[in-house]
Amino acid sequence: MLVGDRGKFLGIILGLSFASLIMTQQPGLFVGIMTRAYSFITDLGQPDIWVMDPTVQYIDDIKPMPDTYLYRVASVEGVKWAVPLYKGTIQVRLHSGTFQTCNLIGLDDTTLVGAPAVMLEGRIADLRRAYGIIVNLEGVLDKLANPPTYPGGPKIPLRVGQEIELNNNRGIVVGIALTTRTFQSQPVIFTTYSNATLFTPPQMNLLSFVLVKAKPGQNLDVLCKRIKRLTGLVAYTKQQFKDLTVNYYLKYTAIPINYGVSVLLGFLVGAAIAGQTFYNFTLENLRYFGVLKAMGTSDRTLLYMIIFQALIVSFIGYGIGVGCTGIFVFLTRNTVVAFRFPWQLFVFSTVGITLISSFAALLSIRKVIKLEPAVVFRS
Amino acid sequence: MEENQLAVKCKNLIKIYGEGTGKIVALRGIDLEVKSGELMMLAGPSGCGKTTLISVIASILDQDSGECKVYGHELKDLNKDEKIAFRAKNIGFVFQAFNLFPTLTAAENVAIPLIIGGMDHTVATQKGADLLEQMGLGDRATSFPTDLSGGQQQRVAIARALIHNPRLIVCDEPTSALDGETGHKIMELMKSIAVDKTRTLIVVTHDSRIFQFADRIAKMEDGHILKVTSNYKEFE
Repeated sequence: MLVGDRGKFLGIILGLSFASLIMTQQPGLFVGIMTRAYSFITDLGQPDIWVMDPTVQYIDDIKPMPDTYLYRVASVEGVKWAVPLYKGTIQVRLHSGTFQTCNLIGLDDTTLVGAPAVMLEGRIADLRRAYGIIVNLEGVLDKLANPPTYPGGPKIPLRVGQEIELNNNRGIVVGIALTTRTFQSQPVIFTTYSNATLFTPPQMNLLSFVLVKAKPGQNLDVLCKRIKRLTGLVAYTKQQFKDLTVNYYLKYTAIPINYGVSVLLGFLVGAAIAGQTFYNFTLENLRYFGVLKAMGTSDRTLLYMIIFQALIVSFIGYGIGVGCTGIFVFLTRNTVVAFRFPWQLFVFSTVGITLISSFAALLSIRKVIKLEPAVVFRS
Repeated sequence: MEENQLAVKCKNLIKIYGEGTGKIVALRGIDLEVKSGELMMLAGPSGCGKTTLISVIASILDQDSGECKVYGHELKDLNKDEKIAFRAKNIGFVFQAFNLFPTLTAAENVAIPLIIGGMDHTVATQKGADLLEQMGLGDRATSFPTDLSGGQQQRVAIARALIHNPRLIVCDEPTSALDGETGHKIMELMKSIAVDKTRTLIVVTHDSRIFQFADRIAKMEDGHILKVTSNYKEFE
């Protein structure tokens, strides 16, 4: 019946598509941004445990510790190895004369644990060369790129072998790496821990994190508690540190509220459009429902009819909405836009659309069930 | 009249709409008997209770008191589900405005009572097309209602009322939306196809042009039946 009224059919589809789009695209962006917030933790595959100052609240909340803490952690029973990691920001002077803030990562000189997994040019071992730095692809192509050869022209990517100025120190690009974008989308520069101490302004403590590999068979939670007890520092597994970071952003930034409001508005507008149109459709077709009732159709069958039609429009609307989100993802795949669509989001959006459809159907079901079949003889 | 020959028997039938000061008594103690195989017309001015009476007889409206037996079933004794099943099996409907489903073809419209009865959609649609063929509408079986003339639509509606072989067909002003000639043809069709020894027609109408097709006519006024006659000329 609904398909026969093209205007209303398309109206409901439009409402549900809009709601689906908002309820998949906005949370997808939110999850994408949150994923970037802890992308550095994800990128460092080898360590099992991150050890840090007890006041650290998230990955970019650096509280430098004395270097001697490394040895205290390394001596804890159950630790296979422990290496230092420097993480901070640094001002890079570009060839254009302007300055760019970058993330500087100082890796253990010996093991280079924490180095990027995918090298596009150069070798990780070249970091041991004097002033050697590895720059991530986004930095090379954009924010650290050479100025154009003519006004308005394209930037010229930074090349291996080029020098850049890091806090009045010389740095030589020895490699280009692929990394996950960071929350701030700043360029990432990798170097050795000892080089990092040269590049950064003099300060008493430089050790940002101690990266720990547990011995085989060691329970990570138990080891974290032992490290905390014996060193006075805090130790998190990778997942715990990711959760800490995400929880910080959820608690102390307006990001979830902004995205949440968008999702809520999408839900409400979708529910309003779909609900009202579906209800109007039912009102306009009440005499046909009455005819079916008079002819001996049971309330249960009419209920199935309404639910079936609601499911059909939900399915189509959801498909179009998710399809539009897919197109959005495709069109923004090589941009700074962050997007992730985990299965939980699929469940969330499906539940949302089901709720909207159920709401729309319920309004109609109530009307039809209460309908007297004698209405068929009223002109 | 023998009880087993009666299709419909109403005794002191009363129907009241609303309550208190807004109360309207639509049927004020109706007594009516309709024989099996009879074409009975209910005539009278607007608001006299004709439509209320066929609604009660068709079991789509509950009476407030009195008796209404249809083929021996006392309607007030049937619960809601039993009434639904009773209608699906025994009653056919023809409406003034045809009430064909605009998104279904003529054959699919005709097939609706069979589908309600549980028949497979394809088989039912084929049966619908066969019946339309018998009624001279075989070439319009796959047409949609909007592509049919008023007379053709009413013929499709009659086929829909007949397809499941009900024992009682109730018609509400079946010719009032049609011109005189078409209305005449529709009544000829109903008289020839719909009425037989086992099937009864009750037709509500204002249209005096079709009174001649009635076996009997009941004249109603203000919720009463004033008289029942087989001489249609009394109403002209």
